[in-house]
Amino acid sequence: MSPYAKRLMWPVVILLALVAVNIAATGVDFIVPSVNDDGRLGGAFVNILRRSVPLLLIALGMTLVIATKGIDLSVGAVYAIGAAIACQTIMDSSDQGAAGTVLTAIALALVVTAVIGAWNGVMVAAFGIQPIVATLILMIAGRGIAQLITGGQIPKVEDTSPFTELGRGAFLTIPIPIWIAALALTALALLTRRTALGMLLESVGGNPEASRLAGIRSKGITVLVYLVCGLCAGLAGLIGASNLGSADANNGGLWIELDAILAVVIGGTALLGGRFFLLGTTIGVVIIGTLEDTIINVGLSSQWQFTAKAIVVFVVALLQSPGFRAWILKPFKRTPQARVEAPAPAKAEEAAK
Amino acid sequence: MTVQTLTERPSRSTLFDGLTRYIPIGATVALLAALYLGGVANYPNFDNPQVVAKLFIDNAPLLVIAVGMTFVILSGGIDLSVGSVMAFSTMACAWLTVEAGIGAPLALVLVLAFGTAWGLLIGAVIHYFDVQPFIATLVGLFLFRGLTLQISDTDVSMREVEFFQWGMTHVDFGEIRDGGFWLPYLSFVAFAVVVIAFVVLHYTRFGRGVYAVGGSESSALLMGLPVARTKIGVYAVSGFCAALAGVLAAFATKSANPLANVGAELDAIAAVVIGGTLLTGGAGFVLGTVAGVMVWGMLNTLIAFQGNLSSWWARIVMGVLLLAFILLQRVLARSGEKRRT
Repeated sequence: MSPYAKRLMWPVVILLALVAVNIAATGVDFIVPSVNDDGRLGGAFVNILRRSVPLLLIALGMTLVIATKGIDLSVGAVYAIGAAIACQTIMDSSDQGAAGTVLTAIALALVVTAVIGAWNGVMVAAFGIQPIVATLILMIAGRGIAQLITGGQIPKVEDTSPFTELGRGAFLTIPIPIWIAALALTALALLTRRTALGMLLESVGGNPEASRLAGIRSKGITVLVYLVCGLCAGLAGLIGASNLGSADANNGGLWIELDAILAVVIGGTALLGGRFFLLGTTIGVVIIGTLEDTIINVGLSSQWQFTAKAIVVFVVALLQSPGFRAWILKPFKRTPQARVEAPAPAKAEEAAK
Repeated sequence: MTVQTLTERPSRSTLFDGLTRYIPIGATVALLAALYLGGVANYPNFDNPQVVAKLFIDNAPLLVIAVGMTFVILSGGIDLSVGSVMAFSTMACAWLTVEAGIGAPLALVLVLAFGTAWGLLIGAVIHYFDVQPFIATLVGLFLFRGLTLQISDTDVSMREVEFFQWGMTHVDFGEIRDGGFWLPYLSFVAFAVVVIAFVVLHYTRFGRGVYAVGGSESSALLMGLPVARTKIGVYAVSGFCAALAGVLAAFATKSANPLANVGAELDAIAAVVIGGTLLTGGAGFVLGTVAGVMVWGMLNTLIAFQGNLSSWWARIVMGVLLLAFILLQRVLARSGEKRRT
C-alpha cells in the first residue's frame, strides 16, 4: 500500500462504519440520493454533504495553514464577518433582488475576508508572532467587529434575493454549495499537487529558515496561505448566511474553527506541519457531518453531539500519538528490536520541539 | 536545535535582562491606572470605592480560571477546556445538591476533586502520549459542554439550598455611605487563590519547575527537574481552578446555566497575555494576570457607565490591547536579540 493510501485508510474506514450504522438505523434510503420535486438532488447523505460545505471550505484553508506549521483560530470570527458584510450590504441596498447588489455584496465580503487573512499572515510572517497568538487576536475581537457591522442586529435577506441561491439553489440538479466545494477542492488540489506550490508549503512547514536559505520566499508563501484561509472562511460565511438568509454575528460559525481543526486532524494531517492531505481533510469533514446525523438517527438526543465529538477527538489524538501506539502495542511486540524501535519516533519528536 | 526559526522563542537569558522583564506588567498597570483615572474624570460616582470592589465581585470566577491558566501558559501549554469545566462544575453542584440530595459541602469537595482528577488525566495524556495540549484540552471543551447539556438543558436553580447563601455574604469595610465598600466571601476565595498561586510560583520547587519547563523542556529534563510531575501538575492546577471557578459562579448566581461561560477560556487567555505572560511560556507573573483581569473588568465597567455602548466593544478593545501587548513583547524580544549580537 502506498503511504498516501495508508494515511487515508483509517478515515475511510471510520466513514464507512458511520454510514453502515446509519443504513442499519434508517434503511438504504440514507445513502441513495433522490431527486426532489423542484429538480434538486436530495436525500439524507446529499443533505449532509450540502450542510458540510462551509466546514469543508474552512477545513481546506486550515489544512494549508497547518501544513506550514501554523494554525488559524480566527476562521469562525472571519466566517461571521463575511456573513455580516454580505447580509448587511444587501439589506442596506434599495433593491435586494438586483444581481448587481448581490455581486457587490459577495465581492466586498470576499475582499475584506481576504485582507483579514493576509493580516494574519503578515503578523505571523513579518512580525514573527506565533500563529496561535496572532490569530487569537481576531478570534477574540472578530465577533465584536461583526457586531459592529450589523449594529448588533441580525440582518435578514429576503427569500426572493438571488443571494439565497448560493446556499439553497441547484445547478444541473446538484446543489450549488456542493459545486463550490468541488471547485475549491479541485483548484486547491491542482494548485498544490500539480505545481511546486504544495512542496514549497511543506518545506516551509518543515523548516521555515532552511527553506528560506534554500531560496524559497517563505514569508510570501506564509502570507498567501493565511490569505487563502481567510478567503475560504469568508466564502464559507457567505454560503452559511445565504442558506439561513441571515447573519448572526454571535452564533454564526461558532466553534467552526475547532471542528475544522478536528477535521484536519482526522484526515491525517499532523498539527506539527510539513505534510498535508486535502482529500483526507475532505473525508474528515464528511465524518463530522455524518456523525452529527448518526447521533439523531440512532435515537440519542442532540446533546450527545458534543460528547461524541469529544470521544472522536480523544481517540484520533491518541491513535496519532507515537507514544500511545508504542505503549498499547508493547505487549504484542516480543522481539527486543521492536521494543527499542517503538519509542524512537516519540523521542525524535520530543527533540524536534 | 540551534536553528533560529520564525516561530522559535528567542533565548531567555538576554531577553529579559534586569528591568526589561517588568516592562509588560508595568504597561498593564499604567493602562489600568489610565482607564481608572479616565473613568473618574468622565463619569460621576466612578470614584466610589465600590466600583473597584465590584471588579472583584463580578470577575472572581474569571480571576480564578485566569490564575490556573497562568500556570499552564507559563509551562508552555494551553488549556481550552476551562470554560466548559467551569460550566460543568456549576451544573454538577446544582445536580448533586438539588437532584441527588447530597449535602452541599460534600458536593463541593466532589466537584473540586473531579476537576483536579480531570486535570491530572489530561496532563498525563499530554505528557506521556505527546498529544498537543491544544488538541488534548479540546476534548475537555467538547466533553464537558456535552455532559453539562446532558445533565440539564435548562437553568437549574440552587436558591433552595441554604449553603449557597454563604458566598455572597457581605463583609463591610467602613460605612458604605461615607465612602466605604463591601466584598462578598467569594472575592476573598479568589484573593486566597491569587496569594497561594503567587507563593507557589515564586517560592516552591514546583513553581520554579513550571518556569523552567516553560523556558525549555529539554533543558529542564537535562537538569534533572521532574518534568513529568510539573507538566501534569499544571493541568491539575488549572482543572482545580476551573472547578473552583464553577463553584464560585454557583455561589454568585445560585443557578446553573448549561450554556454559561462559552468563550471563558478566551477571556482567561487574553487576561493572561495582557498581564504580560509570554504565550510561549517561561516568563510572566501571576500578579500580572490579576492586572489583566482587572483591565477586562474595567473595560466592561467603563462601557456600563457610558451606557450607550454595546458590550461587544469590550471584546474589540480587548483584541486591540492584545495586539498591542503582543507587539510590545516582540519589540522587547528583538531588542534583546540585538544586544546579544
